[in-house]
Amino acid sequence: MTAETILASLHLSTPELILAVGALALLMIGVFAGEKSSGMVTGLAVGVLVVAGAWLVLMTGDGVAYNGAFMSDPFARFMKGLALIGSVVALVMSAGQARSAGIDRFEYPVLIVLSTLGMLLMISANDLMSLYIALELQSLALYVVAAMNRDNLRSTEAGLKYFVLGALSSGMLLYGMSLVYGFTGHTGFQEIATALTADGRSLGLVFGLVFILAGIAFKISAVPFHMWTPDVYEGAPTPVTAFFAAAPKVAAMAMLVRIVITAFEPIINDWQQIIVFIAIASMLLGSFAAIGQNNIKRLMAYSSIGHMGYALVGLAAGSIAGVRGVVLYMLIYMVMTLGTFACIMAMRRKEGAQVEEVNDLAGLSQTNPFMATVLTILMFSLAGIPPLAGFFAKYFVFIAAIEADLYALSIIGVLASVVGAYYYLRVIKLMWFDEPKGEFARPAGELRLVYGLSGLFVLGYVLIGGPIGTAAEVAARTFF
Amino acid sequence: MEIGISHYLTVSAILFTLGVFGIFLNRKNVIVILMSVELILLAVNINMVAFSAFLNDITGQVFALFILTVAAAEAAIGLAILVVFYRNRGSIAVEDVNMMKG
Repeated sequence: MTAETILASLHLSTPELILAVGALALLMIGVFAGEKSSGMVTGLAVGVLVVAGAWLVLMTGDGVAYNGAFMSDPFARFMKGLALIGSVVALVMSAGQARSAGIDRFEYPVLIVLSTLGMLLMISANDLMSLYIALELQSLALYVVAAMNRDNLRSTEAGLKYFVLGALSSGMLLYGMSLVYGFTGHTGFQEIATALTADGRSLGLVFGLVFILAGIAFKISAVPFHMWTPDVYEGAPTPVTAFFAAAPKVAAMAMLVRIVITAFEPIINDWQQIIVFIAIASMLLGSFAAIGQNNIKRLMAYSSIGHMGYALVGLAAGSIAGVRGVVLYMLIYMVMTLGTFACIMAMRRKEGAQVEEVNDLAGLSQTNPFMATVLTILMFSLAGIPPLAGFFAKYFVFIAAIEADLYALSIIGVLASVVGAYYYLRVIKLMWFDEPKGEFARPAGELRLVYGLSGLFVLGYVLIGGPIGTAAEVAARTFF
Repeated sequence: MEIGISHYLTVSAILFTLGVFGIFLNRKNVIVILMSVELILLAVNINMVAFSAFLNDITGQVFALFILTVAAAEAAIGLAILVVFYRNRGSIAVEDVNMMKG
């Protein structure tokens, strides 16, 4: 490697470098300023993330860096932008809630920045080795964040469960990687694809593919590897859950898209079957298992399992329209989820107690009409009712699946979304037609801002969908 | 008898299976789960190094070194989470990790 290639590599990965250096600087500031510095470190962390995002959008070009380990392209930029937005919004929302959630330590924003760094590297990873390291950087930070409220039994239990199942999934992913390396002789995505085109597939390689997909399915919480999701969502402090539901899902989905569309493109028939199965199972479980849930965080966990299933429908198509559908789905899913979690965080009684039962929302339309209206819009959108954003998200992935002749998959998907509408509508019915059980305290300004903007985006998607669709088209064209 | 690649793969497959069963069948202690995770990662390392020697390619050994490093970090974080859990629960039996029903 000459000095010139190193400089070019550094230039392509500047947003990641900003985050890495920023996280270490924030850690020093936190250590020297002491325990009371958590508010200031949170603010600075938001600043670091915004600077990295601005650099990403304005200054980074396309190309391969670090001998093929790192790839910067329009797809990576789009998904990285989403991941950064998710992290920033989650941090902003947690600012006012940190004390009551028990996470007012300066380590919290530092860990969020580090896991965001892991996400960006995951999205750009172009080699099995860099993918593994990036994934672990993200996961290790997330395990600690889940157990952040360390005096709370539920939070630590959530951290423990997440750690055990996450470590198992990393192990499976690695075992798959070792088989893929052994049977193709390469770890770079392009080299794997070339080797597969030349030599065809062997049984060992298919085993490797299955293990890799199983490992990634854990990370996006797709059935049959979803068991950790409801427990971790319920146990972790609510601001942490809001973070878990948005950015890491986007990053893991981007990683899945890149690995199957680049490295395993020659054996599309093999992975397509697996993705179709995972998608159907996730959509059905997400719809049926959520019906009996009373805790709203658990409900959102099953909702996110179902939504990952819908996003995978687009990936199963394996076409440019399919990838475009996945990209748009992740964008819209992230906005809806962040808005819903802003509402969940605003569920605080006047005496200061945080509540998280679905029934606590009863009669919200009388006590806080604005929040009830926004939550109604978000619930309709999550259920996929036109003309809201959630409808378009589902529309694009199903159209892509139909164009790829996956009729059974699309029909099951539409039926599952009808079943899923039941529990979203139940929340709406509770808010508008039941007697209030008590009033919530006036929500903090940043929460109102987040759910207001999210509701506005969902409502106005019809008007702004054109440019967003074009950007997603550019991102998807990267692979074809 | 010549020791070939298939022997290494068999050993590592057995170790991997033992690790996975250790996580799911173990009803006693969370420490045993941590040990099972290490077993899985070491099975992968055997695979990596065996393939690397077989293919005459150094990449697998580099990968194995990365896995060792990450495994150490992972064990440290796992034990730290286990310690805070023990402080709250007063037990590290697997059957006591049951506040939330999944």
